[in-house]
Amino acid sequence: MKDVDDKFRKTDTEVPLREELRPRKVTTPDGQEIDIDPLRDYFCEAKPKVHPKAYSKIVEDFYNWARANSLWILGFGTGCGAIEMRPLMTPRFDAYRYGIQWRPTPRQANLLVISGYLSVKTLKRAIRAYEQMPQPKYVMGLGSCTINGGMYWDSYNTIKRLDDYLPVDMYVAGCMPRPEALLHGFMELKRVIREGKGEGANKYAENFDQYKANQKAVIKDWDMPDYNW
Amino acid sequence: MTAFPNFEWVQIAYALLTLFIVINYGMVMTAVVRKIGARVGGRYGIPVWQNYVDLLKNIALRSKISHGVMYYLGPVFRLTGGVGLLMFVPTIYGSEWHQNFSYAGDLILALYFVFFGTLGMALGAGESGHPHSAIGVSRGLAQVTMAELPLALGVYALSLQYGTLDITKIVAAQQGSIFNWTLFTNPLATVAAMVAFVGTMMRSPFDVAMAPQEIPIGPPTEYHSSYLALMQTNRVLFPVAKTVIYMNLFFGGATSWAEFAIKVFCLYMISVVIGVVHPRFRVEQSIRFFLKWGLPLGVLAILTV
Repeated sequence: MKDVDDKFRKTDTEVPLREELRPRKVTTPDGQEIDIDPLRDYFCEAKPKVHPKAYSKIVEDFYNWARANSLWILGFGTGCGAIEMRPLMTPRFDAYRYGIQWRPTPRQANLLVISGYLSVKTLKRAIRAYEQMPQPKYVMGLGSCTINGGMYWDSYNTIKRLDDYLPVDMYVAGCMPRPEALLHGFMELKRVIREGKGEGANKYAENFDQYKANQKAVIKDWDMPDYNW
Repeated sequence: MTAFPNFEWVQIAYALLTLFIVINYGMVMTAVVRKIGARVGGRYGIPVWQNYVDLLKNIALRSKISHGVMYYLGPVFRLTGGVGLLMFVPTIYGSEWHQNFSYAGDLILALYFVFFGTLGMALGAGESGHPHSAIGVSRGLAQVTMAELPLALGVYALSLQYGTLDITKIVAAQQGSIFNWTLFTNPLATVAAMVAFVGTMMRSPFDVAMAPQEIPIGPPTEYHSSYLALMQTNRVLFPVAKTVIYMNLFFGGATSWAEFAIKVFCLYMISVVIGVVHPRFRVEQSIRFFLKWGLPLGVLAILTV
């Protein structure tokens, strides 16, 4: 997996850590002096693990059927495509009838829809949201911006190929794809999951160092632990 | 077996059967209610079996993260509240199978179990460390405590009226005619308790604890996979168990599963219908509502009994 976004300056001077994230001594209300290190105290740094499939194929197929028919999407819009997701909740398209629901917290979501261009600043949040989701989890790239940069191809601040930073299970091409295309993408994703090929989370865990290197290459002010759930 | 003179081992199997039926009923009924909501909005809506698929999916998730012992116990307590509530009240009146473990003082225990889940959830959500959980749970506790007031007063009025704390006897006293229901013999207590009923069903206007779009989604923010599956089970079981209490106390109980299904559905729809036409109360507004309307009604019910 080669990083194609070589337009970014990669050998930059290091950005200093934000003040509130630096390790320091704090005096508690009862006069005690304690050391705090926000990056270590509030997050876990354990690497993601590769989770094996269920032992029996029948059980795994049954689970995959359930996963496909209960897709919970993280309500997180990154670009213009977020507006294309809204009609899916309305009477005209109504994605709920396919078992697709929106959840407000990454902990309960299975599908992260990167809905359009992803600026470096948003990439940081997308990574954090993705890593907090429980396995197995799926990523869907919406619009040509996530495939090759699209109209943001020579932007100084937008990533071009989403697959370099997060493992993408399904792309929906277009600029922007209409809600019908998005629905078709969901159906295709369901097929992929049912076939047991939606193993993006394990791919992420296996190639963790590569993904992290790619992410750090573009995110210059990396002010979080390497893995933060 | 001198301590429990009427106990027989087969009652455990009967009670588990009740639990099984009620959970499945709740699963389908909540989905049907959501489907009705969708149809009113012009949508097709979720399939009626969607709750089962969601539950299975959450159990099938591979990675689970615990934030500590209380985080783990939170959903367990919550489900204990739901199961306990159902286990200690008679579900079907006159049926030997679905009497569960009802006994002479079960009304007091039921009042306790109504509150139990919220307390357990407070411990669990507190330890999950997410600010939205803490905000949601403190709002929920304040609101449930206030809603308890009219409920407790209504229930005391009822036990004064019937001279017993035994739910089976209260149901027995309401048999015969629809006009024997507490709804008609003691309307004040019924209205006071129904204020509490609507207030604790987690629906608008009293959904400030979960508050979708505001503190998405409150106490369960950090809960996922099996933890969430436990809470989902309780989410379908607890409202039905609570409605069973109300049905027994105020609406003549049920003598068959068909009667049970219809009465519980109608009672559940009261909170749904009120929910869809009223916007959300802020927490101080809902507390004020219970103190202003629920509490005087409850006091009045006690005085006039």
